[in-house]
Amino acid sequence: MSNSLERYKYDIVVIGAGGAGLRAAVEAREAGLRVAIICKSLFGKAHTVMAEGGVAASMGNVNDSDNWMVHFRDTMRGGKFLNHYRMAELHAKEAPERVWELEMWGALFDRTKEGKISQRNFGGHEYPRLAHVGDRTGLELIRTMQQRIVALQQKDARDHGDAESFIKVFAELTVTDILKDNGKVSGAYGYWRESGKEVLFEAPAVILATGGVGKTFKITSNSWEGTGDGHALALKAGGNLVDMEFLQFHPTGMVWPPSVRGLLVTESVRGDGGVLTNTDGIRFMFNYIPDVFKDKYADNEAEADRWYTDQANNRRPPELLPRDEVARAINSEVKAGRGTEHGGVFLDVSKRLPADVIKKKLPSMWHQFYELAGVDITKEAMEVGPTCHYVMGGVEVDPDSAAAVGVPGLFAAGEVAGGMHGSNRLGGNSLSDLLVFGRRAGIGAVDYVKGGAANPVSETSIHTAQEKIEKPFKQEGGENPYALHQELQEVAHNLIGIIRTKSEIEEAISKIAQIRQRAANVTVGGERLFNPGFHLIFDLDNMLLVAESTAKSALLREESRGGHTRDDFPGMNATWRQVNHISSFDGNQVNVKQQSLPSMPKELFDLFDIHELEKYMTSEEIAKGGSN
Amino acid sequence: MARKLKLRIWRGNSTDGGLQDVVVDANEGEVVLDVIHRVQADQMNDLAVRWNCKAGKCGSCSMEINGKPRLACMTRVASFEEDETITLTPLRAFPVIKDLVTDVSFNYKKAMEIPAYEAPAELKAGEARMAQVDVERSQEFRKCIECFLCQDTCHVIRDHEENKKSFAGPRFFIRIAELDMHPLDMLRNRKQKAQEEHGLGMCNITKCCTEVCPEHIRITDNAIIPMKERVVDVKYDPARWLGSKIRKRDGIL
Repeated sequence: MSNSLERYKYDIVVIGAGGAGLRAAVEAREAGLRVAIICKSLFGKAHTVMAEGGVAASMGNVNDSDNWMVHFRDTMRGGKFLNHYRMAELHAKEAPERVWELEMWGALFDRTKEGKISQRNFGGHEYPRLAHVGDRTGLELIRTMQQRIVALQQKDARDHGDAESFIKVFAELTVTDILKDNGKVSGAYGYWRESGKEVLFEAPAVILATGGVGKTFKITSNSWEGTGDGHALALKAGGNLVDMEFLQFHPTGMVWPPSVRGLLVTESVRGDGGVLTNTDGIRFMFNYIPDVFKDKYADNEAEADRWYTDQANNRRPPELLPRDEVARAINSEVKAGRGTEHGGVFLDVSKRLPADVIKKKLPSMWHQFYELAGVDITKEAMEVGPTCHYVMGGVEVDPDSAAAVGVPGLFAAGEVAGGMHGSNRLGGNSLSDLLVFGRRAGIGAVDYVKGGAANPVSETSIHTAQEKIEKPFKQEGGENPYALHQELQEVAHNLIGIIRTKSEIEEAISKIAQIRQRAANVTVGGERLFNPGFHLIFDLDNMLLVAESTAKSALLREESRGGHTRDDFPGMNATWRQVNHISSFDGNQVNVKQQSLPSMPKELFDLFDIHELEKYMTSEEIAKGGSN
Repeated sequence: MARKLKLRIWRGNSTDGGLQDVVVDANEGEVVLDVIHRVQADQMNDLAVRWNCKAGKCGSCSMEINGKPRLACMTRVASFEEDETITLTPLRAFPVIKDLVTDVSFNYKKAMEIPAYEAPAELKAGEARMAQVDVERSQEFRKCIECFLCQDTCHVIRDHEENKKSFAGPRFFIRIAELDMHPLDMLRNRKQKAQEEHGLGMCNITKCCTEVCPEHIRITDNAIIPMKERVVDVKYDPARWLGSKIRKRDGIL
């Protein structure tokens, strides 16, 4: 078999061709290395394309009071101070350069009157901070990165006679294993989705940029690709996941019609003036402002409405609270019987802005509702409810180099990496995250490759990877992978979803274990040629590991914080803030241990008002005043 | 509210294939991609279909629905008559891989042939200044989700494999137009190159591409015709032709 095996040798293999993966690849190529970019979809289709609102960067184009320190504070606050401070610091400092760089590569952001990049308001950001292109910023970002890759390939064609001499995109290819030899990464193994034919990549460094895990849940804004591949690959390669209990349920997903349930309704709708009401017509968010945010959010409609035109003298509307707060509020309203017949609440921008402004500022939203739900958002309210959107947890990495802890040669950036967003991500911080840490992962991998020796792949590693791919075709009489996936989604949605409790999490853990047992015997019909049932088997295996990790971390954390809400432990607890949950995989099951969260150095600690920190930290931490 | 929907799906590979009838439940509000997924889950586990975002934003699920190039995720089942049979076939302009999935690599090859954006050499990061009104023209073309429906429907290549070599297609005409109208792009002669190297002249503006564009980009009116007009302007105006030769400003267009 291995005689006919398709083999490639690269310096770096990047798995995932969204913003983070492409940014990493650009960095690696510019450092002179040879890079393979692998994606499950066609080139340019990755989930980054779905990002709507914008990319957060404190350029200060609209309000010059903005700077990296304000952005850093907002990010830590949004994450309820569970963020890795160093990641949040690097992110806030480097985001503006990354945005400007996109512009140098041809991106065309919306402009201010002075001709600078325009910036819009968003939940949790103190100043207008999100560079944007209408509500299709993700498309602009991925197309710019894609075209940057093409530009580099065109240059390689001129300089080296072959466009693919340094960067080659392997589209529609699934990676099933990170290969390791001598305790270090030696390559990656996978198959062409089109033909089912297996492929070996020999490379001393692998960058994971695989995005999220949303497809583990029944209602999600994620596309089919969000199956936690990178999370699971890292676990299986001996890496760790940090804080997998934290999932962001975006407050506003579509709830009707059923076929688009979960599809994202951008936060810009609220940033641009949209308000949330229940079926009694009450603007309910005023009832859900937590104590920690009372000084920043308006407690009456008059002040909230004034804020849109005068931000200096008014507090923000509560519709713009961080996403976890809004999602929980909607959930409570629906539970209390004040929701729509489809289980949502109303989000209305039609009474707030003229029709032409809505179409100009929110073109994709208009399009999406008009075409898919038959709703004209310039005339009617939208029906919205929470949808599984983003995983804050992810591969435990070194903040500066994006190197995965415990696996030499493995790197991770973007949604697949953990730590940056703490317990909750602010809108707009995802696109900036993937640019900042995509670049850093590129640099990290380049330094690693340049500093190390070759690490050839052993025949044993290849053989093990091959057996795994062949197994489903050899089995008979097992279950249908689609049915198992649906079962897993139900379990995740009902038992470890937006609101959790001990007995339900325990039930989830046992059910996930049962599904995993059954999944081991799954069978697949047909041939290897473009066979979606066969593809799902590997995705399912990944999602099961992710779900197990989430459930076990959720069980341990006996408090509610950000994207983890425990009905049986409703409060936030300063002692728990000092704890990270680290998942690892022993070959049979996921084990979760506790680890201390790195504490902020004094210069970052001092950026905050001490009274604000008192709401989050223990008195010992406050007394200590930072780590040095 | 479920209804029984009759589908006729093309199944096969690069060498052989044909239409197969199947009946599937369809629920209120569903799109064609939903019912394809139901067929896949319950009746044909190995039915090949390419898709991704299911929100009309990524342009992956392009196929022909009753002979028309469309996105399956944006085509509502309710838009068909109760007893109508919906026929699903792969994009005709590209080679079939399997079932509804085609080999669209032609488009990626063409993308490689369009010279990239060239920033002004002296421009420093963060210093670019552009007026909204000036970026909007290019922004319209940057809405393109690369579904390649315009490429599929374009009669220059739809049934003329031989034209593919010298014809970039509507998607790449808007890419050229986008760069040509980009306020900061420094590369000259984009329009002439569109004409001379990318086959702009073969387009006879039937507007089929504009009709199928799910992003409603006015491909013909706003990209193709303006480029054709400017090219004609220079080619047949002796004074301008002479001027461009004398002053060596052939890129001024």
